[in-house]
This record gives sequence, C-alpha cells and structure tokens, in this order.
Amino acid sequence: MPYQLLRFAFASKHPEPRMFRTPERLKNAYDAVIIGAGGHGLASAYYLARDHGMTNVAVLERGYIGGGNTGRNTTIIRSNYLTPEGVAFYDQSVRLWQDLSQDFDLNLFYATRGHFTLAHTDSAVRTMRWRAEVNKHFGVDSELVGPDEVRKAAPQIDITCGGHAPILGALYHAPGAIARHDAVAWGYGRGADQRGVEIHQQTEVLGINVESGKVTGVRTTKGDIATPRVLSAVAGFTPRVTDMVGLRTPIYIHPLQAMVTEPMKPWLDPILVSGSLHVYVSQSARGELVMGASLDPYELHATRSTLDFVEGLAAHMLDMFPFLSNARVNRQWAGMADMTPDFAPIMGTTPVEGFYLDAGWGTWGFKATPVCGKTMSWTVANGRNHELIKGFNLSRFERYELTGEKGAASVGH
Amino acid sequence: MKILTCPVNGPRPVSEFAYGGEVRPMPDGATCTDREWADYVFNRSGVPGVKIEWWYHIASGTWFYAERDTVADRVIRTWLPA
Repeated sequence: MPYQLLRFAFASKHPEPRMFRTPERLKNAYDAVIIGAGGHGLASAYYLARDHGMTNVAVLERGYIGGGNTGRNTTIIRSNYLTPEGVAFYDQSVRLWQDLSQDFDLNLFYATRGHFTLAHTDSAVRTMRWRAEVNKHFGVDSELVGPDEVRKAAPQIDITCGGHAPILGALYHAPGAIARHDAVAWGYGRGADQRGVEIHQQTEVLGINVESGKVTGVRTTKGDIATPRVLSAVAGFTPRVTDMVGLRTPIYIHPLQAMVTEPMKPWLDPILVSGSLHVYVSQSARGELVMGASLDPYELHATRSTLDFVEGLAAHMLDMFPFLSNARVNRQWAGMADMTPDFAPIMGTTPVEGFYLDAGWGTWGFKATPVCGKTMSWTVANGRNHELIKGFNLSRFERYELTGEKGAASVGH
Repeated sequence: MKILTCPVNGPRPVSEFAYGGEVRPMPDGATCTDREWADYVFNRSGVPGVKIEWWYHIASGTWFYAERDTVADRVIRTWLPA
C-alpha cells in the first residue's frame, strides 16, 4: 500500500482539496441556471465562466454529478458524420477534446484508437464511400478501406462474420478516440467550481416560472430562485423540463443499453462498429470490452436492463470474434436517450425567451460535450444562436427543414 | 422475457411485436395550417405517464391498442380498434 494513503487514515479532516465545493443553500437569484450536472451542463457552466465571465451561475442536479448519460455512454469520440452541419460541428468537438486533459490538468485517458465502421453489404460500402467523401471535403481524416486493413487492425476478427455477413470494407476514421467519461464531468465541474459557479447536487427542479413569454425563475426542492436564463441539459429528462414551460418538441425517450466484459489483456486497439450486426465495441484502458447495440424498441422512462439485450449483443459479438465465447459479462446498464426524428440534436433558443435547450442528444451526445459547452455558453451569454448550431434549432421542424443526420449512431437506424 | 397480450393470439413474447407509437388524433390536412400539420407530424408528448399506444403483432399482422405505463413498463390492457 502506498504510504501516502496513511495520512487519510490519521487526519481528522480530509487532507486533500475536494474536487467541488458543496454550497449549503441556493442563493435567491442567479444570472443563469443550468439544469443538469452532466458533461453538457457542466461544460456550458465552465465556458460561461471562463470565456464569457458569467460566474453567478447555478448548476442544478437531481442526482449526482455525471450520474446520467455522461456516465452511461460507451465513450466513443469521432467526427465522421454525414451532413455538412454535423461534420463541422463534431470536428470542432474533436479538436477541443484533444487539448482537454491539459486544459483541466486532469487525466481524461483520452486515447486515439482509430475507428472502423464496418460495411457488410454493397449498399453499406456505397454509404461509407459517400461519408468518406463528405468528410474529406471538410478536412476530416476519413477514408474507405478494404477487408485487409480491417484484418490488419484487428487480427482476431472473423472477416466473414460466421459466414453470413462478410466484411466488404470499412470507413476508417483515424482520429476516433475513447476517453474516461466520468473524468470529463469532473474536469468541467471542477473548472466551473473554481471560477465561482455553484453546483447543487440532489436539487431537483420542480417547475420553471414563465411570465409573458419570459423565464423569470426556477422552483426546486431546495427553494425558489429568480433567474432570467435557464439552460436545460438533461438528456432523457428533456420532455419533463420542456413540459414545465409549455413547449412541445419532437423528442421521445427510448432506453439505450450497454455492457462490459471482465477485464482482459489488451488485444483490441481500434474501435469497431457494425451497423448490420448492431454492435459497437472498444477495449477500455482497464481491459474491459465496452459494448453497445441499438436502441430498445419502444418508449420507456426507466433505466432497467434486459436479458434480451445481452443475448442479442453477445450473439453478434461472437459472429465477429468467435474466440470470446468464454468471456464473461461483468455489468450491463441503460440510459434514457432523447431521440429526434432526424437524428440531429435540438439546440439553442426556443419560443420562450430566456429558455435554452441542449437536447435531442439521443445516442450521440458524449462526443459533442466540449463543443456543446462552447456553443451553448455563447448562445446563453449572447441571447442568440451560435453559428455552428443554427442548423439544430427547434424551429426547423415547423419549417420542415430537417437536418437528416444518418451518420448519427452508426447503429440501429 | 417480457410478455404482451395480443387481443387475437393471447400472451406472446414482446419480441414478436412492433411498437407503433402513441395514438394521436390527426388534424384535417385540407383545413389545418402548416404549423398544425408540422405539430402533428413531428411533435410528441414525450413526458412519462399512462399512454394509449399502437402495437403490432408481426406474426399475425394484427394492429391493436395497448394502454401502458411508460415509467413502470406495465401494460394495463390491450384491445382491438373498434
């Protein structure tokens, strides 16, 4: 045991500074209130304080920091999307990611692994080529590769996938990466906290006061506060919050499940995704295989997990990697994904003045954490939409101008 | 495995069914405004609660109604459209 740990045993007070302060009570008024202390909410608070000088800000969280979808995703970061809006947006995000550990002085275990989206059919190869060309046009490192490159990157793969779904090619995205997701929330939270933002955990929002079309305050389990600006960054709870201000949105909630195996020796370097087999998999720094599949098939506001999911995902994993038949599944869990009809997020201003949405992040929100913080903080500070998120506004639906992001989660649609 | 009761075929595993979304009244496309139509096409009542939904039994081609609690994932009753 490292002797350094002994001082924790003998000290009457905690000898290290804590990551966050725990403010006793809410103030009566804030310049802005952010609902949700996940990655997106805390990143917005961080950049509001750092880049826009707004520090009289409260982040309200009904549970604990990073306990929602920030701590439930499969941590994949990439920018090989299909629409110009998507590519520009996520590319900015990947650039921000790469400096984040230094920015926070906290190790995020950001690991650039390379990301293969496998194609098992001719039509999938065609889509991959299309995506590669769109990506290249916007300067994103992305190319179509053949089965040999896939085999070289992951020698254990059965390239025929059990003989029924042979891999014909893949979209290879070299900057594809994984990171330690909890640390992202902690890093943003600590940075915001040090700059004066208050993070209130176990504080649930009960209602939002709106007077003549303007936000005036928030009612919580710990009392009422006055504020002219509210940012909702609550993923699967979005419909409950938009309901408080009487806003109708296209968001619907489906659970998304994931699971990990027991830790094993490092053998899988790249991140592999197969749309046809409904699998995405990477090996974490701890050696666990982190795996996900497609959305649960119907609306549900709960994070229960199912055996159907494990059986289906395990069967497809064995198609790709038959040698895993003795690997054990350690854990499985679910998160509530806020889905939109065009698989693009809903961000920015709303018809309610002072009420801002960072929502519709469905199954693709983690990789966007830094750029969401950047653009939403700009939007909240300036009262109008940042250039990068104009294509994602809620008003696109009543104008029938959908963004159509089919590159979204690579799996399940 | 979750069991859903098809009004025609009785209790069957949920994997035999497809979810058809909440039952919503359709406005008259000839008289409503574009905005009302967009509201019908895109917007959903995403808040949790007890909802009446369309479900489809794939094997027998049966569309039916189910009343379901979307928090507890409990089906209260199922019946055929009149």
